[in-house]
Amino acid sequence: MLTCKELTELVTDCLEGHLSLWDRVRFHLHIGMCRDCRAFLRDRRLTIQTIGKMPADPIPPDVRDELLERFRNWKPD
Amino acid sequence: MGRSDDIPGRGAALAPSGVGDARARPSTIDAASAEDRALIARLLAGDEAAFAGLIEEHHGRLVRLARSFVKDQATAEEVVQETWIGVLNGLGTFEGRSALKTWIFRILVNRAKTRGVREARSVRFSSLGDPEGDGEPAVDPTRFGPHGMWADPPRRWEDDTPEAVLLRGEARQRLEQAIEELPPRQRMVLVLRDIEGVPAEEVCNILEIAETNQRVMLHRARSALHRALERYLEEE
Repeated sequence: MLTCKELTELVTDCLEGHLSLWDRVRFHLHIGMCRDCRAFLRDRRLTIQTIGKMPADPIPPDVRDELLERFRNWKPD
Repeated sequence: MGRSDDIPGRGAALAPSGVGDARARPSTIDAASAEDRALIARLLAGDEAAFAGLIEEHHGRLVRLARSFVKDQATAEEVVQETWIGVLNGLGTFEGRSALKTWIFRILVNRAKTRGVREARSVRFSSLGDPEGDGEPAVDPTRFGPHGMWADPPRRWEDDTPEAVLLRGEARQRLEQAIEELPPRQRMVLVLRDIEGVPAEEVCNILEIAETNQRVMLHRARSALHRALERYLEEE
């Protein structure tokens, strides 16, 4: 039987599809029975999704102008 | 060096760094999309609006990625500007074997590595393959009982969508700070995988690391961010 502690270390391998068949069975059996680990997995997924939605800073206007100027003078070959 | 679209170098300032494509393998999972190809056609035709759209979408993201390679913001900006010049120089030879975004990231990483070597003050790439440190546990061990079961289990978060989390007070700043504090290699992997959505295989190619190391670093980075977010949401 997988412990909760072990599950928290296998979670990335699981989400990345890299668990062996046996570990996958143990992982899912545990998740099926353990509410706390279901919560952990839910929070982990939400963390990853949130990271993916973090906006980046906009391009500074002077940098934008300079790059556009360069583009105007650029000749693809 | 088998892939002519790996390195955009032309001209002395943009000479290929010689790293970056040693392990390049043909990849079909991440090939350029129809939109990528249409955009490239517009760029090659000199469409300024297309270029403006491209730099507006990616500049800030590239700076964020560059920050994991170089120590200060100003150097990161410079690396990104060099990257855009590299993109323009190489566009004519882009073959679309990877997504346009991935190709741009690869140029950035090569520029950043060259810069790092030159300035000898950023990440040492010779050790890029080694996972960092001994590896903190994903969850504070004191939260488990003697049999490895939760003693202090995760509490219910009020928010259940990423949008709701990001709207909450300082959640975004806390996550950004946690990313900033990650060891450089974990940060590179996290930014490429989870912020930019680059597939694992491409991240291994770009950073020249083994798949297993990539996963170890991703696990540690995600765990650190998970802990930071949990700490914040529970103190709210």
